Amino acid sequence: MSTHPVPEDSGSPKGQLNTFPAMFMEAVRRYGDKRAFFQEKEYGIWQSYGWGESLENVRTLAAGLSTLGLKRGDKVCIVGDNRPHLYWGMLATQALGGVPVPLYQDSIEKEMAFIVDHAEARFVLVEDQEQADKMLSIKDTCPRLEWVIYKDPRGLRNYQETYLLSYAAVQEAGRELLKRTPGFFEDQVARGRSDELAVICYTSGTTGVPKGVMLCHGNFILSSHELQKYEALGNESIMAYLPMAWVGDFFLSLGLAIVGGYTVNCPESGSTVMQDLKEIGPTIFFGPPRIWENLLTTVMIRMEDASWIKRRMFHYFIGHAMRMQKKINRHQKTGLGERLLYQLGRLLVYGPLTDRLGLNRLKLAYTAGEAMGPDTFDFFRSLGINLKQIYAMTEAGIFMAVPMNGDVRSDTNGPPVPWIDLKISPSGEVLIRGPGMFTGYLKNEEATQGAFQDGYFKTGDAGFLDKDGHLVIIDRVKDVSHLQDGTMFAPKFLENKLKFSPYIKEAVAIGQARPFVTAMLNIDLEAVGSWAERRNIAFTGYTDLAQKSQVYELVLAEVNKVNASLAEEERTQGTTIRRFLILHKELDPDDEEITRTRKVRRGFIGEKYKALIEALYSDATNVSTEAKVTFEDGRTAMVKANLEIRNTAADTGAREGA
Amino acid sequence: MSAASPEKLLQVDNVSLSFGGVQALSEVSFDVHRHEILAIIGPNGAGKSSMLNVINGFYHPQRGSITYKGQTRKAMRPHLAARQGIARTFQNIALFKGMTALDNIMTGRNLKMKVGFLLQALHLGPARREEIEHRLHVERLIDFLEIEAIRKTPVGRLPYGMQKRVELCRALAMEPDLLLLDEPMAGMNVEEKEDMCRFILDVNDEFGTTIILIEHDMGVVMDISNRVVVLDYGCKIAEGTPDEVRANKQVIDAYLGVG
Repeated sequence: MSTHPVPEDSGSPKGQLNTFPAMFMEAVRRYGDKRAFFQEKEYGIWQSYGWGESLENVRTLAAGLSTLGLKRGDKVCIVGDNRPHLYWGMLATQALGGVPVPLYQDSIEKEMAFIVDHAEARFVLVEDQEQADKMLSIKDTCPRLEWVIYKDPRGLRNYQETYLLSYAAVQEAGRELLKRTPGFFEDQVARGRSDELAVICYTSGTTGVPKGVMLCHGNFILSSHELQKYEALGNESIMAYLPMAWVGDFFLSLGLAIVGGYTVNCPESGSTVMQDLKEIGPTIFFGPPRIWENLLTTVMIRMEDASWIKRRMFHYFIGHAMRMQKKINRHQKTGLGERLLYQLGRLLVYGPLTDRLGLNRLKLAYTAGEAMGPDTFDFFRSLGINLKQIYAMTEAGIFMAVPMNGDVRSDTNGPPVPWIDLKISPSGEVLIRGPGMFTGYLKNEEATQGAFQDGYFKTGDAGFLDKDGHLVIIDRVKDVSHLQDGTMFAPKFLENKLKFSPYIKEAVAIGQARPFVTAMLNIDLEAVGSWAERRNIAFTGYTDLAQKSQVYELVLAEVNKVNASLAEEERTQGTTIRRFLILHKELDPDDEEITRTRKVRRGFIGEKYKALIEALYSDATNVSTEAKVTFEDGRTAMVKANLEIRNTAADTGAREGA
Repeated sequence: MSAASPEKLLQVDNVSLSFGGVQALSEVSFDVHRHEILAIIGPNGAGKSSMLNVINGFYHPQRGSITYKGQTRKAMRPHLAARQGIARTFQNIALFKGMTALDNIMTGRNLKMKVGFLLQALHLGPARREEIEHRLHVERLIDFLEIEAIRKTPVGRLPYGMQKRVELCRALAMEPDLLLLDEPMAGMNVEEKEDMCRFILDVNDEFGTTIILIEHDMGVVMDISNRVVVLDYGCKIAEGTPDEVRANKQVIDAYLGVG
């Protein structure tokens, strides 16, 4: 493709490839049904939908939506798992000049009602009964909502609501319209402009209410083209498994896929992703750190259960690969012997292992959203997977810094991408400017104004550019804090270190204006559960298992390990964890303790677990508590528990020293 | 949602069953209408499971008769019941523990397989076609009950709630007209129970299957069943809609009001 539409170019002549629907039709002309746009696993088999077939679906759906009165600028909320039909719904909406607003499918009603109402959506496209039920119950609080369209009719057969329509019925109405006006769809697409909104993504909001980030067609088309060039991508295969509401999925599964003519694979269900991954073997894989951590945990658990010969082989070769990786990280030369041994390892361990995970065809593996534990990162890179930690943000039209092949490091996000202008403010905040940026927050002029400083967008992240021009992000600006004695303390850094342990799932490090650092932990139910089973420790559930003294011993050893590595570095030796407890419940987005993208909400937790935190800074060896648990349907229940508090080796050391 | 013109699928007439000196059922009569969900409730040892065992022919009552699909018999026979579209799940799960969920469910299609043993063993043309057809049917059910993730997992390794779901799936694989569920929700947590309720309602809705279930959770019974039959010491003490039963004095004394 030689034309590069620029977002500012709103007066471009008709028919130029300046919107997603236009680019989509171009891709259809090129690939027809010879190549699959979507593959979806259904009834245990991968069903494939060609580009031509997809167009037919989008065309009839768009026509059908217009018979229901969808006009340019109307918002359409889309809720469900990653399904071809929902992506087609996005394209159909865009074709009519409407704006898709994807929502997190596991949101509770209250959250959905806020967005549906705030976006003034007249249409909602849902996957199934579960989501339709939520929409029916919020219908009254969202007066502008007119139509609810569902894909899967199961369980909805006897619903009487007249505003509830099936996807098929809407498409049928569309077919009627297209019989009368055959060129309807193409006309609508030709009217699209690059400065029209392509999508509104609501940010999860670690602070306050969600904000609707408005992004134009031009933004995405530009950054899709640029990324395609930057990473030298061709015809790729990707896995669409991350929430559709997350901008990254929109960028990959629609943006990049349409620009590059990719095949997008939709897993059978949320719980089969890992199996489906193995069957597809995508060439691009995007996962937040927790997905990679899960993969690592699964591997480690499996190895514990493997025969001793496999286990020995695994540990020997992984150890070797990790040592080589550490050398590469430090830019040291590796010897011939080491490299030969690595090749042997590839044959015996790394190859088969990546194959089992479905990662052996990967050209590109990205992680973003949270910092990744360096050991997790090294583990995957040492297996020969081109894993990169990128720096991206919804508001930035996603990518800001991407490591270059051949120069990927565990402690940086690589250089800023060429199509963006990035600088660091005097206070250490990362600022950016560029054509891929968002155009503002929906109906929130105040926040939009506040987000910019002299034409630059304030990311809210503290970071710096190192001597090679690589971006290093330390933490959120507001989260970098200090202990009572002034020692700098970056909680997220500690938490990531803790979370590298396969037994620790979530961690909250506390220390701001305190004499020392303490932590509240969540154990990984799967990993610790399997550990307990092997030792014949009986337990009834998370709460019970978390308070077993053997589990405390296990976790104590892990915390001591983290402390040992903290003590090695001069910058971090003052922030070793002196006391900790294991929480009686898992931190859960339904309880507002973490965001849907699993970021810890410090303020909220500080308030909710005040009593526990006070106990951590007293001499108490246990503390009793009760906490509210919210179920997905909004009901609540109380969980009571008596929590043990443990001192670490670092604490004993500090007391003896004093 | 009560049936407008109740067509009788099953009729139990004056059934009495005893084991030696123990009278498990005495003179129990009730009808089961097509497409309804009928709950049988009662205290422990009231004869609920025995009643199901009589319906699917596992026990033969000493007196009374069973009329199923217009045919009156002294007693059912298990193989006859299965062939005529009666499927069931058990109080204590009866799956093949070492087999995968998928294989277990495929066994539910056994009666529907027409191709001879030899062709099946050789996996030749017709047998292969038939297997694909049955597999598709089973896959639809797997999708229906949302157990895709455990398709290839040996059932012995599955948690209890999941095993219950696999068992239900196997029963459904028979495409039954009458489904007998023996405590489908026993030992489940709130969330699993809600899932199971939704599946039972969906099955009833989607496939038009008539369902008789035994259940102890009164909330569940009152929520999902069209009618309720109450047994106590082997006798039927009440029958009617959940509301009627709830208001019945005898029932309150025997069961609901206790504790």
